[in-house]
Amino acid sequence: MNWKRSFYAAAVFALATSPTYAQISDGVIKIGVMNDQSGTYADLAGPGSVVAARMAVEDFGAAKKGMKVEVVVADHQNKPEVGSSIARQWYDVDKVDAIVDVPTSSVALAVNQITREKNKVLIVSTGATVDLTGKSCSPNTIHWTYDTWSLANGTGNAVVKNGGDSWFFLTADYAFGHSLEQQTEAVVLKNGGKVMGKVRHPFPSSDMSSFLLQAQTSKAKIIGLANAGADTINAIKQGAEFGIVKSGQQFAGLLVFLTDVHSLGLNVAQGLLLTESFYWDLNDQTRAFSKRFAKLHKGAMPTMGQVGVYSGVLHYLKAIEALKSDQGDKVVAKMKELPTDDAVFGKGWVRQDGRKIHNMYLFEVKKPAESKGAWDYYKLRGTIPAEQAFRPEKEGGCSLVK
Amino acid sequence: MSEIFGIPTQALFGQLLIGLINGSFYALLSLGLAVIFGLLNIINFAHGAQYMMGAFCAWFLLNKLGLGYGWALLITPPVVGASGIVIERLMLSRLYKLDHLYGFLLTFGLALILQGLFRQEFGSSGLPYPIPNALQGGQNLGFMFLPNYRAWVVVASLTVCIATWFLIEKTRLGAYLRAATENPQLVQAFGINVPRMIMLTYGFGVALAALAGVMAAPIYSVNPLMGENLIIVVFAVVVIGGMGSIMGSIVTGFMLGLVEGLTKVFYPEASNTVIFVIMAIVLMIRPAGLFGAQK
Repeated sequence: MNWKRSFYAAAVFALATSPTYAQISDGVIKIGVMNDQSGTYADLAGPGSVVAARMAVEDFGAAKKGMKVEVVVADHQNKPEVGSSIARQWYDVDKVDAIVDVPTSSVALAVNQITREKNKVLIVSTGATVDLTGKSCSPNTIHWTYDTWSLANGTGNAVVKNGGDSWFFLTADYAFGHSLEQQTEAVVLKNGGKVMGKVRHPFPSSDMSSFLLQAQTSKAKIIGLANAGADTINAIKQGAEFGIVKSGQQFAGLLVFLTDVHSLGLNVAQGLLLTESFYWDLNDQTRAFSKRFAKLHKGAMPTMGQVGVYSGVLHYLKAIEALKSDQGDKVVAKMKELPTDDAVFGKGWVRQDGRKIHNMYLFEVKKPAESKGAWDYYKLRGTIPAEQAFRPEKEGGCSLVK
Repeated sequence: MSEIFGIPTQALFGQLLIGLINGSFYALLSLGLAVIFGLLNIINFAHGAQYMMGAFCAWFLLNKLGLGYGWALLITPPVVGASGIVIERLMLSRLYKLDHLYGFLLTFGLALILQGLFRQEFGSSGLPYPIPNALQGGQNLGFMFLPNYRAWVVVASLTVCIATWFLIEKTRLGAYLRAATENPQLVQAFGINVPRMIMLTYGFGVALAALAGVMAAPIYSVNPLMGENLIIVVFAVVVIGGMGSIMGSIVTGFMLGLVEGLTKVFYPEASNTVIFVIMAIVLMIRPAGLFGAQK
């Protein structure tokens, strides 16, 4: 149940307009952060993504360059129909030029369609479905941070290679869960593993014990969690209670965010393998960025979804600067042409199908004794190089790839 | 191994037991609602938020004051119950003469405000609360692994439910309470302070929700939205049991836990709707609920 109202909060960062940017429609570049501001996915994206978008505008130096950039916010409540009507309102009435973030795959797919119709720009950071660069790919959309294929590939491969060759899936019963389950199953089978069973639970579900018991009865070595947010948290927490790990079965979290681990606590989460494209403690640059972010966001370190918003907005503004226009398809084409480089993902690029490419990382959650304190949660287990981290362009069936 | 409808019997036993555990939460929460509705005629929609406050209170005691689970069980119900009494005195007591709908709207609004405040402060992914050391681990029953903590939840919930039923249906105090709702003027004429009794009843109902919150904290994460997800189901339980019927809500709570548990085995996708299907059927056949008095 959601009784939230979408709301708008605007911040103007620069007031001067300059004749250099005469091609910018109505003189202002307006970026809309659309996500779940108060529900299940609010901690892993939510207000933190807005902080990230504002940091990008500041770091780009819009004010100094004489560009007027504004960030607006809306809550899509994880409902496609709410997201669609906000997108139309934004594009038609409020003169928004680009929408960013958009968790919840079903909403991301709906906004993807509208953005293409209106020739604007969509940068998806927290939405996960790999269809955004496959059969639903668009000349107006870039999929920035991760997708179901890269998550499945990272965690699935690593787990099967470590001997976890029989799987049972606990899947959230909607587009995202199905996609994640399907991608992971393919990886497991390709590596010679087998799938012993699966159960699709309603989204969201607070009690997982019954499904966990089914997973236990299956005798599979690995219980793959094709869900996210509170569902994943509850499954792992209740799994510990039912002695899943003690009796020799292991969880594989297919989409786990830093904020989920924070909520679980290391006692319960220790040993979990997971794939992310970002962790605050990777190098000096990520540490410096994350500390700045934490100061602006109640001391919480950023998730990969939130830094994806930062990185995407920064690159979007760079493309507009180079192009001196904000016309949707042209800006996206420019974004594909320019290489990307920023503090969070380092160097990377954007493919023709709209897939942003960078390294992915395999992490293991630390034991309580190994952690130095709050947010010190991950050990790096392996780096998946950019070239192998995402689905090969040819396999996606995107019509933009020739 | 023998099977029933393709499910091994052992697995089925496990699922039934889990259903019983979930049923204890339904029973405990719907009991509080039934007490409040039965004696005050208020549909307390803030019940889910008060359940959530119980869990948060336990979290606070542990993390800020270092008081563990046992203390939380003792301290939380009176503290959250007291907050309920404040609400009753300041707001609800002005609504008794009006239609049910006003009490419902007021408590609904309160629930939204409380949830919003907690979410603003603590975010939406929840806070960890460990299972107390004494109740860690579990028993291997052969057909399943039963965590000690869950066994404790079933026993504690059953005890509280039966004690409450006894208090209201079988004692002199309960008789006063029931009489006071039937005819407040008359009872007052006998020298009993009816407003105070009603105030304490509301506080007691809220304390039951808080107790359920403390018991839920180690199982579900302590989350501002934990009550929002549960309250609708619990309302369905109360409606099926018969609004205001104490025994009805207890029996229905456990029964629906079992039905839901079975649905999770045979058709998991429907597990969050099955209770509402049952509610619709019951309302068609017995509009007053299974245990409600037909009026």
